[in-house]
Amino acid sequence: MGLVHAEEMTLNIGPQHPSTHGVLRLKVKTDGEIISEITPVIGYLHRCFEKHCENLSYEQVIPFTDRCDYIAAMNNSFGYVLAVEKLMDIQVPERVEYIRVIMAEYNRIASHLLALGTFGLDVGAYTPFLYMFRDRERILDLFEITCGARLLYNYMWVGGVSHDLPLGFMEASYRFLDEFEKNINEYHNILSYNKIFIERSADVGIMPKDVAIDYGVTGPNLRGSGVKWDLRKDEPYSIYNRFKFDVPVGTGIMGSVGDCWDRYWVRAEEMQESIKIIRQALDKIPREGNVHEALPKKVRPPKGSIYFRTESPRGDLGYYIISDGTPTPLRVKMRSPAFTALSALSEIATGWMLSDVLVILGSLDIVLGEIDR
Amino acid sequence: MIINQKVSDILEVKFPGVVILPDEPHNDFIQIHPEKWKEIAKFIKTDSELKFDSCQCITGVDLGIEDGLEVRYNFHSMQLKHKIEIRIAVERKNPSIPSIEQVWRGANWLEREVYDMYGIRFKGHRDLRRMLLPDDWKGWPLRKDYKTPNIYNGMKIPKVRKGWD
Amino acid sequence: MGFLENRFEDNIITAKLDQILSWARSTSAWYFQFGLACCAIEMMATAASRHDLERIGMMPRSSPRQADVMIVAGTVTLKMASRVKLLYDQMADPKYVISMGSCANSGGPYSRQGYHVLKGVDQIIPVDVYVPGCPPRPESLIEGLLKLQDKIRKERPLTKKK
Repeated sequence: MGLVHAEEMTLNIGPQHPSTHGVLRLKVKTDGEIISEITPVIGYLHRCFEKHCENLSYEQVIPFTDRCDYIAAMNNSFGYVLAVEKLMDIQVPERVEYIRVIMAEYNRIASHLLALGTFGLDVGAYTPFLYMFRDRERILDLFEITCGARLLYNYMWVGGVSHDLPLGFMEASYRFLDEFEKNINEYHNILSYNKIFIERSADVGIMPKDVAIDYGVTGPNLRGSGVKWDLRKDEPYSIYNRFKFDVPVGTGIMGSVGDCWDRYWVRAEEMQESIKIIRQALDKIPREGNVHEALPKKVRPPKGSIYFRTESPRGDLGYYIISDGTPTPLRVKMRSPAFTALSALSEIATGWMLSDVLVILGSLDIVLGEIDR
Repeated sequence: MIINQKVSDILEVKFPGVVILPDEPHNDFIQIHPEKWKEIAKFIKTDSELKFDSCQCITGVDLGIEDGLEVRYNFHSMQLKHKIEIRIAVERKNPSIPSIEQVWRGANWLEREVYDMYGIRFKGHRDLRRMLLPDDWKGWPLRKDYKTPNIYNGMKIPKVRKGWD
Repeated sequence: MGFLENRFEDNIITAKLDQILSWARSTSAWYFQFGLACCAIEMMATAASRHDLERIGMMPRSSPRQADVMIVAGTVTLKMASRVKLLYDQMADPKYVISMGSCANSGGPYSRQGYHVLKGVDQIIPVDVYVPGCPPRPESLIEGLLKLQDKIRKERPLTKKK
């Protein structure tokens, strides 16, 4: 018998591929089924966000921040307006603070639902995706009655929000939360404790703590590796210090700490924590108040620069804003959490099977709009 | 923030003359010379009092056509929970700066992005290619003197199409 | 249709082959699951629980070879443009394109400063239906798809063109 001829094969996944979550291209070198090298190629959705910022006024940038991370648009504009407000030293009314937190947390749930649903798709489970979209639609309905948009809201303004909460929002909210809490258990039954799902995701794509920190990975991915780091808790912005909630971390229940299942689990648990925050905020929100009270006549921050971070559903979302005293920013840089998470992919996916790569990618929950900007 | 003063003092002792002292004292950032940047980076990552183990953000800045370019680094320490901003100025013509890609692995992509947008070369970077734009793209788009090309690979990139305004 | 009508038993319909073909085509237009940006999320939402595209006979396909309709959902950048063209060329005839959202229609919000954005996907591939909106609601996407079905239904694939 002759020798088996073995050589590495280069495989190209993407830019069009159903499980790359957008237009990502992965150059994969495989040795049989084992990945020996993986290089992500990005930029297929580079829409020149930063160039636009330099040519638009501060308010006009907000819709573009929405479009960067289109799954969690509220959280993205939240970070931006907080940064500009800090630069201008604006104090917003109590009611606005509460409304913002409620919206941000709702969007976090919506984002996590999509992340978990598509993660289920990646491992071959179609049903949870439909279940989760059912609940996501209901959150989008809440946004829609508030500001009229389903996906990209332009809701957070510098110094306020665009619309006050509409009549009936509170009741609809409470009703939704009650039903959604029950539905989470359904998800656990259908996906989290599913034998096949656990086999596919537990002990796969382990990201050790030090690797995660070295790559600057943040958010649920970092917490999945067992690091208790949440900006809402550790560097509270807005009014997050008034709420009681836990920071779930990965503990390796099904496999080892930092595997795909842990990252999944952290997201699932975070939805519970978000519900807690929303409930407290709904209880405490001042009933009266003008949400346009603190809107500045002109958004013209003084000279200076700021690096401001908030916790988006994907991790530390930083805005570096430089103002030169004119109505247009000199520079807006977005530090995107998905960008750093993806940069760690080549490290954690090497050595795994080809079919595991898409599971690992799905567990990182990347959004290409934010990576490429 | 007291941490800026502390880092500044420690660096002054360890690497004399490297910190550019500001005209008036402030606590926002530290401006340093680029020459020994890699050693300094290694030092602030490992020093027991500083321990900046996470490279959060690297921002390239074009301060205007008359002024030069600048690279701004934001570091954060997960263990000691403090953060710092370091600024390094580079010249507009032939900008280059030592790479810290081998110190923080996360800096790899962040540096490539700055290179892509501003053309700042990171000396010692092992894989300095364009990050977001295609490999055959010409020019550095975020520089203030950048002019949008009219055509790329046969596709027109007009600023505004005829009849829009 | 003419003198043949009502001359047969129940459940027998007479029609031109042309019409039947285009009618059948229009009600089983499988679309190419090809998300580019924000609009892709709305496309997913349209296909998922509440709006359920399968009730109008649309089913997502992951390969261009199996698809009839390409929904260009999102911003087409210059780096992506050649790939979009390639994917379009890989689809089998008859093929249709829906341009979903402002970005694919004309560059949308990115038309001013977008040095890396293609100002309208119609520069590289022919478009049948434009769906406006940023992003379009699922309802408007469905409206666009129904418009496309009308268009397909009017086609006469076997009739010689004069």
